[in-house]
Amino acid sequence: MTNTTIAVIPALRQAQDRPGCARAGIQHRRTSWIPAFAGMTAWVLCAAAHAQGTAYVSSEKDDALTMIDLATLTVKGTVPTCKRGRHIQVTPERRILVACTDSNVADLIDPATGKSLRRIPLGDEPEAFDLSPDGKTLYVSNEDEAEASFIDVASGKKLQSIKVGQEPEGVKVSADGKTLYVTSEVASLVHVIDVASAKVVKNVKVGKRPRRMAITPDGKELWVTNELDATVSIISTATHTVTDTVKFEVKGARAQDITPVGIVMTRDGKRAFVSLGKANHVAFVDVASRKTTKLVLVGKRAWNLALDKAEARLYVVNGLSDDITVVDVAGAKAIKSIPVGRVPYGVVVFE
Amino acid sequence: MRRGLAALALTLLAASAASSATLKATLIVPADDARQERARLERAYLGHPGGPASDGLQLALEEGRFELEAAGSAVSLATQPAATLEAAKAAAQAAEKGGAAVLLTDLPADWTLAVADAVKLPVLNLGASADRLRQQDCRARLFHILPSERMRSDALAQTLVSRKWSKLLLLVGASAQDQQRAATVQASIKRYGLQVVASKPYKLSADPRERDLANPLLLTAGTAYDAVWVVDSDGEFARALPYRTVLPRPVVGDAGLVALGWHAQFERFGAPQVSRRFAKANKRPMTDHDWAAWMGGKALVAAASAEPKGPNAAWAQALAKTPIDGSKGTSLSFRPWDGQLRQPMLLTDGQGVISQAPIEGLMHPTQVLDTLGADAPEKLCKATR
Repeated sequence: MTNTTIAVIPALRQAQDRPGCARAGIQHRRTSWIPAFAGMTAWVLCAAAHAQGTAYVSSEKDDALTMIDLATLTVKGTVPTCKRGRHIQVTPERRILVACTDSNVADLIDPATGKSLRRIPLGDEPEAFDLSPDGKTLYVSNEDEAEASFIDVASGKKLQSIKVGQEPEGVKVSADGKTLYVTSEVASLVHVIDVASAKVVKNVKVGKRPRRMAITPDGKELWVTNELDATVSIISTATHTVTDTVKFEVKGARAQDITPVGIVMTRDGKRAFVSLGKANHVAFVDVASRKTTKLVLVGKRAWNLALDKAEARLYVVNGLSDDITVVDVAGAKAIKSIPVGRVPYGVVVFE
Repeated sequence: MRRGLAALALTLLAASAASSATLKATLIVPADDARQERARLERAYLGHPGGPASDGLQLALEEGRFELEAAGSAVSLATQPAATLEAAKAAAQAAEKGGAAVLLTDLPADWTLAVADAVKLPVLNLGASADRLRQQDCRARLFHILPSERMRSDALAQTLVSRKWSKLLLLVGASAQDQQRAATVQASIKRYGLQVVASKPYKLSADPRERDLANPLLLTAGTAYDAVWVVDSDGEFARALPYRTVLPRPVVGDAGLVALGWHAQFERFGAPQVSRRFAKANKRPMTDHDWAAWMGGKALVAAASAEPKGPNAAWAQALAKTPIDGSKGTSLSFRPWDGQLRQPMLLTDGQGVISQAPIEGLMHPTQVLDTLGADAPEKLCKATR
C-alpha cells in the first residue's frame, strides 16, 4: 500500500461514478489506512482494492491482446501476438500464455515488458489448454485433428497425442496433475485421461456441446458447461459419473437461447459464475445448493470470464459485441463495458 | 492407481462389445443424377448440390465414431442407386427386409413419397425442398433436413423487412418448378407485408424478337422497386441478373442475396471447423445440400447413441425426438406437425454470410425458428406423428 495522492485521486473520481464500487470497497474496511469519514473511506478503499493490475483480453481477429487497466477500467494498450488468439492463462511463473489457433503456437508474453518471450508449438489448430501443476507440461486441445496433445514447455516437443471426439475444446488438469479432462463438443463427452499412461480411461456423457470446465477447490467435483443444453453437468471425480445437473433459466429468454460457455469458481468453492452465451447474462450459482442466486445482464454472447484476486470483480468477454463487461460481484451489477478487439475470446486478470 | 484405471478401461471395452448393436441405414440416390453432372456441378449455383450426398453423410458417421464407441453402439450405411421411381421403391423394400432401421433419400419429391409409402421405416429426406412434402403430401414417418422452399422465402422476406426494402419486382421463370416456387414466394411476401409492384416472366433467349422477355434492362425498366426477386430453379438467368438492372437495386432470390441452410463461409458457432473438415475430406466447399446430408448422419449417430441397444423401433422413436447439433448455435429438432428440421437460415451472396434469419427482434409465441416455414396453425399436413 504505497499509493501516493497522485495515484489515488484519478481513481477516486472514477469511483464516484460507480455505486457498485463503494460496496465492494466496504468489504476491505479492515485494511483501512486513511482515517477519514466513512463515505470517503469506502471510495478510497475501492480505488485501492483495484489499483494495481491489468486484464489481458485475447481476440480472434486482431492478432493482439488488449490490456485493460484495472484501476481506471480503460484500455491502456495492446500487445501484438500470434494469429487468432484464443484461450489465455497466467503461468505459474506469472507470464501470460495465449494459444493461437491459426499460428499453431502458444505465445509466452512477459507482462513486465509486454513483449513475447518465445513461442511454443502446440500442433494443429490449438484452442484451449491447461498447464501441469509444475508448469512443465502443456495440455492442449487440437480442434481439427480431434486430439489432445501433451507438450513439453521447455523444449516445445510434443510428448503425447491422444485421439478424442471431434472438436475438442475445454482442457482441465486435476490439482494433483494425475488426471486430465477434455471435452468434445461434437461427441458430447468429457474424456477422462490418465496423464501417466496418456490413455483415455473413461468417456463421460454430458449435455450437448460441452465447452469449459471448473474443478471445485476440494477436487471432488468437475463442473462442465453444456452450450446447447442450458446446463452445467457436475461430475464426481471419484466415480467419474454425472451426479447433478444445474439448469439455467432467464426470464424473457427461451431455453434454446441460453448457451452456457465460460465458468469460473471462487477460491473457497462456494460460488460459480457461468456465462450464459446468447442469453447475454452471467449466472451466480451457489455451489452447495446448485441454485442460481443472481443473474447479471452483460454484453452479447457472454463467453469466457475471469475473477480478480479480491474476487470483487468479474470480467466477462462478450463475443458478439466486441467488448468486455466488468461486473461488481457484491452488488451483482455490471459497472462498465469496455470496447476491446474484434471477436474477443478469453480474459485473464494479472495483479 | 494406474493399474486400476487400466483395468477399468478394459471392463468398459468388454461391456460395450457385449451390448453392441448396429443401426443399419440405407441411402437411396438417383442412378443417373442430372444435378451431379460435371458441367452442372462446375456452375456451383447457390442452393444446388455440390456433389454426392454420401460425402456429408460419411463424414458425420466418421466423426460420430467416438460418441458411438462410448455408447457401445454402431451405425452402418449402404448406398443404393435407383434409376426409376419403381427402382427406388424396390430398393427401399429390399433395405427394410435386410434389417435397415432408417432410410435416407436424396431423390425427387415423387420418388421420395414412393419410398416413404413403400416401407414402415423412418425416412430422412436430405435433398428435396418441395413444400408439398411438408404440407398436403406429408407422411407420418417422413422427416426433412434440407430447409423447405417456404423456409427459404420466409428467411429472405424477413431480411427484406429488416432492410425496409418492401417494394419488389418479381421475375419468374416458365418451368413448373419456378411457378410453384413463385407461389411460395408470394405467400412469404404476403406473410411479411411486402409488396409486389410488378411480376414478370422471363426467358433465356438471345432472339431479338423475344428481347422483352430476355433482356435484364428491359425486364427491370418501367417501375420503381426496392429490390428484384428472381425465381430461377435452373440458375443460369439469375446468375446474369445482378448489376444488369436498370435501377441500382439489389437482386435477391436465386442470385444476389440467397437464403440457404448452410454456407462454407459461415463464421459462427464452430461452423468453420465443420466446413474445414468437409473440405479436407472431399476437396470441395461444403454446400447447403452437403450440410443436410451431414446432418442426416448426425441424426443417425444421435439416435444410435441415445438408444445404444436399439432395436429398430427404439431408434425410430429416438430419431424423431433427439435434438441434433448442426453448428448453427442452437439445438435443432424436427417439427412435430410436418417433420421439418427447424433451423436458422443463412443469407449469402456466395462470397460470405451477410446475415441470418430469423431476423433479430422478430417475435413468436413459442419458438422463433418457427417463423420460417409452415407454422403449426398453418399446417396442411394431416398425418399424425
